[in-house]
Amino acid sequence: MFRKKPPPEEERRVRANDREYNERFQYASNCIMTSKYNIITFLPVNLFEQFQEVANTYFLFLLILQLIPQISSLSWFTTIVPLALVLSITAVKDATDDYFRHRSDNQVNNRRSQVLMRGSLQNEKWMNVRVGDIIKLENNQFVAADLLLLSSSEPHGLCYIETAELDGETNMKVRQSVSVTSEFGDLNILSSFDGEVVCEPPNNKLDRFRGTLYWRDKKYTLTNQNMLLRGCVLRNTESCFGLVIFAGPDTKLMQNSGRTKFKRTSIDRLMNTLVRWIFGFLVCMGVILALGNAVWEREVGSLFQRYLPWEPPVDNFLFSAFFSFWSYVIILNTVVPISLYVSVEVIRLGHSYFINWDQKMFCSLCSTAAEARTTTLNEELGQVEYVFSDKTGTLTQNIMSFNKCSINGQTYGELADPLGPLPKRLDFTQFNPLADPDFSFYDEKLLEAVKVGDSHTHEFFRLLSLCHTVMSEEKSEGELLYKAQSPDEGALVTAARNFGFVFRSRTPRTITTTEMGRTVTYSLLAILDFNNIRKRMSVIVRNPEGKIRLYCKGADTVLLERLHPSNQELMAVTSDHLNDYAADGLRTLALAYKDLSEDDWEEWSESHSNAEKSTDYREDRLASAYEQIEQEMMLLGATAIEDKLQEGVPETIAVLSLANIKIWVLTGDKQETAVNIGYSCKMLTDDMTEVFIISGHTVHSVRQELRNARKRMLELSQKKDGEKVEGMEGWGEACFRTNGFEDGQKGDGTAERAGGGGGGGEGNYLQRSQHSSHSSNFMDIISGECALVINGYSLAHALEADMEVEFVSTACACKAVICCRVTPLQKAQVVELIKKHKKAVTLAIGDGANDVCMIKSAHIGVGISGQEGIQAVLASDYSFSQFRFLQRLLLVHGRWSYLRMCRFLCYFFYKNFAFTMVHFWFGFFCGFSAQTVYDQYFITLYNIVYTSLPVLAMGIFDQDVPDQRSLEYPKLYEPGQLNLLFNKKEFFICIAQGIYTSLVLFFVPYAVLSDATQSTGVPLADYQTFAVTTATALVIVVSVQIALDTGFWTIFNHVFVWGSLGTYFTIMIALNSQTVFRIFPNQFHFVGSSQNTLMQPVVWLTIALATAICIVPVLAFRFLKLDLRPQLSDTVRYTQLVRQKRRKPAGVAGAWRGAGSTSEGRLLARGSSRRSGYAFAHQEGFGELITSGKNMRLSSLALASFASRHSTSWIETLRRKKNTPTPPSTAGESSPAQSCLSGSVPPLSNSSSVLGNSQETPIEEETDTTPVDNTPSEKVLFSVTSPALSAASKAADHQVSAEDT
Amino acid sequence: MVKEELSTENRPDNTAFTQQRLPAWQPILSAGIIIPGFVLIGLAFIGIGVALLVTSQSIQVMEIDYTGVDQGSPCFKCTDSTVSNCKCEIEFTIDKLFEGPVFFYYGLSNYFQNYRKYGASKDASQLSGDLDYFTSPATECDPYIKDNNDKPIVPCGSIANSMFNDSFVLSRLINGAKEVVPLDGKGISWWTDYNVKYRNPSITPLKNAFNGTVKPINWPRPAYELDTSDPANNGFINQDFLVWMRRAALPNFRKLYRRITEGNYADGLPAGDYSLEITYNYPVLSFDGRKKVVFSNVSWMGGKNEFLGIAYLVIGSLCVIMSIVMLIVYAKFKFPDED
Repeated sequence: MFRKKPPPEEERRVRANDREYNERFQYASNCIMTSKYNIITFLPVNLFEQFQEVANTYFLFLLILQLIPQISSLSWFTTIVPLALVLSITAVKDATDDYFRHRSDNQVNNRRSQVLMRGSLQNEKWMNVRVGDIIKLENNQFVAADLLLLSSSEPHGLCYIETAELDGETNMKVRQSVSVTSEFGDLNILSSFDGEVVCEPPNNKLDRFRGTLYWRDKKYTLTNQNMLLRGCVLRNTESCFGLVIFAGPDTKLMQNSGRTKFKRTSIDRLMNTLVRWIFGFLVCMGVILALGNAVWEREVGSLFQRYLPWEPPVDNFLFSAFFSFWSYVIILNTVVPISLYVSVEVIRLGHSYFINWDQKMFCSLCSTAAEARTTTLNEELGQVEYVFSDKTGTLTQNIMSFNKCSINGQTYGELADPLGPLPKRLDFTQFNPLADPDFSFYDEKLLEAVKVGDSHTHEFFRLLSLCHTVMSEEKSEGELLYKAQSPDEGALVTAARNFGFVFRSRTPRTITTTEMGRTVTYSLLAILDFNNIRKRMSVIVRNPEGKIRLYCKGADTVLLERLHPSNQELMAVTSDHLNDYAADGLRTLALAYKDLSEDDWEEWSESHSNAEKSTDYREDRLASAYEQIEQEMMLLGATAIEDKLQEGVPETIAVLSLANIKIWVLTGDKQETAVNIGYSCKMLTDDMTEVFIISGHTVHSVRQELRNARKRMLELSQKKDGEKVEGMEGWGEACFRTNGFEDGQKGDGTAERAGGGGGGGEGNYLQRSQHSSHSSNFMDIISGECALVINGYSLAHALEADMEVEFVSTACACKAVICCRVTPLQKAQVVELIKKHKKAVTLAIGDGANDVCMIKSAHIGVGISGQEGIQAVLASDYSFSQFRFLQRLLLVHGRWSYLRMCRFLCYFFYKNFAFTMVHFWFGFFCGFSAQTVYDQYFITLYNIVYTSLPVLAMGIFDQDVPDQRSLEYPKLYEPGQLNLLFNKKEFFICIAQGIYTSLVLFFVPYAVLSDATQSTGVPLADYQTFAVTTATALVIVVSVQIALDTGFWTIFNHVFVWGSLGTYFTIMIALNSQTVFRIFPNQFHFVGSSQNTLMQPVVWLTIALATAICIVPVLAFRFLKLDLRPQLSDTVRYTQLVRQKRRKPAGVAGAWRGAGSTSEGRLLARGSSRRSGYAFAHQEGFGELITSGKNMRLSSLALASFASRHSTSWIETLRRKKNTPTPPSTAGESSPAQSCLSGSVPPLSNSSSVLGNSQETPIEEETDTTPVDNTPSEKVLFSVTSPALSAASKAADHQVSAEDT
Repeated sequence: MVKEELSTENRPDNTAFTQQRLPAWQPILSAGIIIPGFVLIGLAFIGIGVALLVTSQSIQVMEIDYTGVDQGSPCFKCTDSTVSNCKCEIEFTIDKLFEGPVFFYYGLSNYFQNYRKYGASKDASQLSGDLDYFTSPATECDPYIKDNNDKPIVPCGSIANSMFNDSFVLSRLINGAKEVVPLDGKGISWWTDYNVKYRNPSITPLKNAFNGTVKPINWPRPAYELDTSDPANNGFINQDFLVWMRRAALPNFRKLYRRITEGNYADGLPAGDYSLEITYNYPVLSFDGRKKVVFSNVSWMGGKNEFLGIAYLVIGSLCVIMSIVMLIVYAKFKFPDED
């Protein structure tokens, strides 16, 4: 860790078996150290790090100030105790973290590997491996360092590796040694090998390596293909030898594990600003009091010298004022309590644990729980406005299933009746013992065709079983396991397997298959591999009869161009099929073959090997060689693969968009696929007024398209405006009004009315948009039912500096945005763009390595731990396994976290101002002498003992509404987005309340006690009595206040609130007891004061009076606010309470839920016809368009109805619902069948009854019921969240409920 | 409710705590609680307020300023700091029986016992009788640690040094003759101060403990001779000393001087003429301070305290008014689903 940094390497020279030579360069050894400290350095280094925190340094500074006797207004321990506590908590956390790092480092460093030393293999620890050593690896071993593969047990120096730990991809990859070393099997040859490698310096690019091997005066080019990287596992290879090139910290694995960018939440930033302000405030108060002191000393103090002489060095009033300033800085420092930062961290940690513990975010299929990988971002989850989602693996499962195919102009796999019951799944076991039992296909005609021996069909599946790069593993006879490079390939090979063409095993030269029960071995002449320019792959095989044939599969656009002219007719039919498939959202491939004569092969083989050997332009030459032979092929047919949508995606998107979260899909897929997925997951709907497609190739055309789109949107909104005047009804109105010219122009800026409907939103929209340009301001307001689809190449133009504003304003005016064919970098750029222009919280969610950029640049990155490995997860802040968990993460955990954090901060600032400002007021009565009001022990303990736990409990456990409510009323999320619960205004309110409290706490005792006496005649106005009275009143007032603020009294809250009060009295009485005084007479000056004081009824009357004056106005204000301007959460909470009170059996919920969920099931079944994709998208995704699918938009759900925002307040809604003469609930009640379905939910309103039941029902359930058609019922499930629903649709709902029963 | 899913080892615990389903009380500021609550609080406060006011009315207080600012005042002659051992006499009349027990306070104004350095200027160890600190008082006592001859001051510090040293003799004038009213100086300090906090060194005679030390500069007599009449009332546990050392929180304060509980005056001071003879030692005019004596009797709630009663009445009334306002607001804007 602390080794001296050598000058940056320009290039690396490594000579095999020559440690002496290599040591000259001082390359890092293979010992890795991810830990930060060791036992000796821990304390200094950790303290040094901690004091880099501004807050800690500040407190250290205070501590030093306190050691100066003229300044010290407090005992040193009042600062050092909290500071030590904070430092030690952090230190313990750091130490634990580091301990685990040490353990894992040790474990890794002590792994064994076989190193070739002086002609023999020796067992060495990993940490002792040096650059230039030759290592032997055996099957299933981890690679110890970045190695140059020299030779392997397999022919041609091939070996197979799994890179899961490196990039998370679980498929196998092939590596090959340089030909010249590939035959080194013998240890003697190896140990005499003295080749020298010159290569690039260490870097973190996993897929690139450039180097040259010099051996025996010859040069050999080295590429990534020759490298085995640390972290990989050797598979399917008996053993191999490698030369260590990079070791330890220089390996690509370690180079990649750099620290991720430290993310801060907006609350963090706000908090820092506020803390700065408070510092300013502190200084101001210090200055005021110092001035006061100067005046006082001059006017009064100088005369009072008879009893209090000025002593050098403080012998004039200016000096005194100067010292007084610092003294006041010390005693007023508690306005920024040191415990603030620690408490915030503790709360966030608690919230993170709640996320980790949430069963409803646990995927039982993959046995993965959600994980908060960062503990510092939780409350920002409650403020997200933009979600950027990857498509493959995130919205879709990335599970490919062979769905349809077209063979020789005949299509298979079409369902006869798309709405009828599913046909029987084909049973392959009778026909083929090697079949994969998980494979499902429904068209038996295809199986018949295979059985009768249709030659085209056979050739079709033969192609699928031969033309691929899948590896097979046969654990026992017939138990085949395919390891495919992409799930598409796996699906195709599995399909061939089930239809009787079983790929069994491959060697570099042969492919063995079982064709209709007969084992056939083809000799493999060449693989013309896939890349994203070619978009096709071919194999050339010789069958046992000696015939040579080329099999090719690839994107239809590419492949159809290369067909023999005789295929014209078949091509037309197949193209039609392909179009149909694409329109159904399937990923398509075309298949073809070509017979080659022996001469053809010889000739091509020659040119191929020439191309292979060439050193310059090798890629190009190979490509042209491939191009040369892949001509005049015969079309066989086409395949269609379904890319399955993840469970619950449409619902999640619907709920999120209801919560006013804008979802952008950024995908590498092509436009049609992306649009189709957009429809199937309900981002796009047929109710949308317009879907703009930006696909211009030039700057000019992109700009023009963007402008047109905006113009059109403007027109549309003006049209709506006109209609509205005529009294437009229904969702349109609702939608429009929230877009709110009308409400917005009132300009009442009702920002605090967040939940009360659209009002809050508009106010803020207006305010916020004032920052951006005028046009974007306007576009913000339009925000209508439009969608934007933009292509990667257009996006590149749109992201240019001069157009980005235009792009942002257009895109943000749309409800849904889909960017297709974007590169990983563009994904990140889009995120950055929004971050830059919208000042909104962004969240990026993805699962693959291509999403890492985006995940890292968004405020919050979420990784889906799914099919594509763990790279995204490693880069993410949160991870879980299903997209649908996002709604729970945001709407439940995020919302709660935000709420709790805001309440915590409000209260925290309040309590500290109430506590500290008393000193300020007292200053005016004690000659500004920095005399504290309280006992020093009280000051020490106030923040860390007396008031810390109740507010922590509130910060961790508080809930305003239960989790299921926040999913049902997504509008509850809005206050977070608008940042309503804790902003500068709220902060000032808290501060004001705190100052008010401090005023009361000082002046009430002042007024009462100054003349009061005990009943024994002893005056009560002595300092200690005053201190005890004020402190007790303070503790009681802030405890009552936290009791008011706590909305959710769990057992912890009770224990902490009552416990804190109890602790206060216990500790105070203990510290004032005679016993303690006798032990430390010099420390406890307050002996007996609590007993003396608290026995006096006047004192208690004073405390009661102060409490009442502090709390009564708050109570009254809150009650009136609740009545006059209830927040949505208040309303929800209230209705919940009412419902709990009047629980009575009613039957609606179950039935209604049933209706809702069945439609969900239906939807998936039907929605599947939309999914589109393009095989190999997994690997590439930037192919030419395959075909333009005709987007038959299934007119499905009236998404718009629930997506529309609320036009009126919730009270209004509830009232309206209640007054609806025939709410569905009554229908429910009348049905006995329903009442047994649903538990006991009273028919308060449509919404509550429908939703009430889901309280006990996790979301998973929603999708697994049998499909029964009804779209309107779907509407019901969501319509409850939309009060804007007109009575007409309600009638429809009613009808549905009747049907369902 | 949900079909049992395969339980796996990664599955989080299904407990109320981890799933945030802990049973909880969720209070809401409903009208049914708040409005009656306000009425109740208001009524209670009004009740207490009335009781306090009535009690307070029955308490008699008499204050006499004897600083002598006024030229006509009897103590004016003593304001000249050159005069030592000045005595002055103030006569006053009590119209009706001043009910006993009567407490006799002295009061000081514009006097900053709560100044931080003043308050810190004492040595707790010394005052608890630790002889080590007699010879070397703690630095807190600055500037009264040692005198000019470098001898330690005991008791050291500003508070002790500035001890109030006026004394009073109260006499009733009966037909021109003075009858001295007996004043009880026992138990006027806190029990804990007298028994716990302040201790004399356990050396007899007490005087020996003070060998090698000097008295505070302003003191006429050393600590062990504070009360010549009662040897037990000397040193650090002298009642007047204890009363002084319990410093006041505010610049205007009064401290208990004596109780009138004995003899003919056990039931109070009968109506009549009284004379107060003041030994005027303590200068306050230099900083515009005032000195006064206060006679007062007490009730269960201590001395006269009008503020408390009025404050209770005001707050109580405000609560009641607020409850009416809230009722009106509530009736107008109440939740529609209330029924």
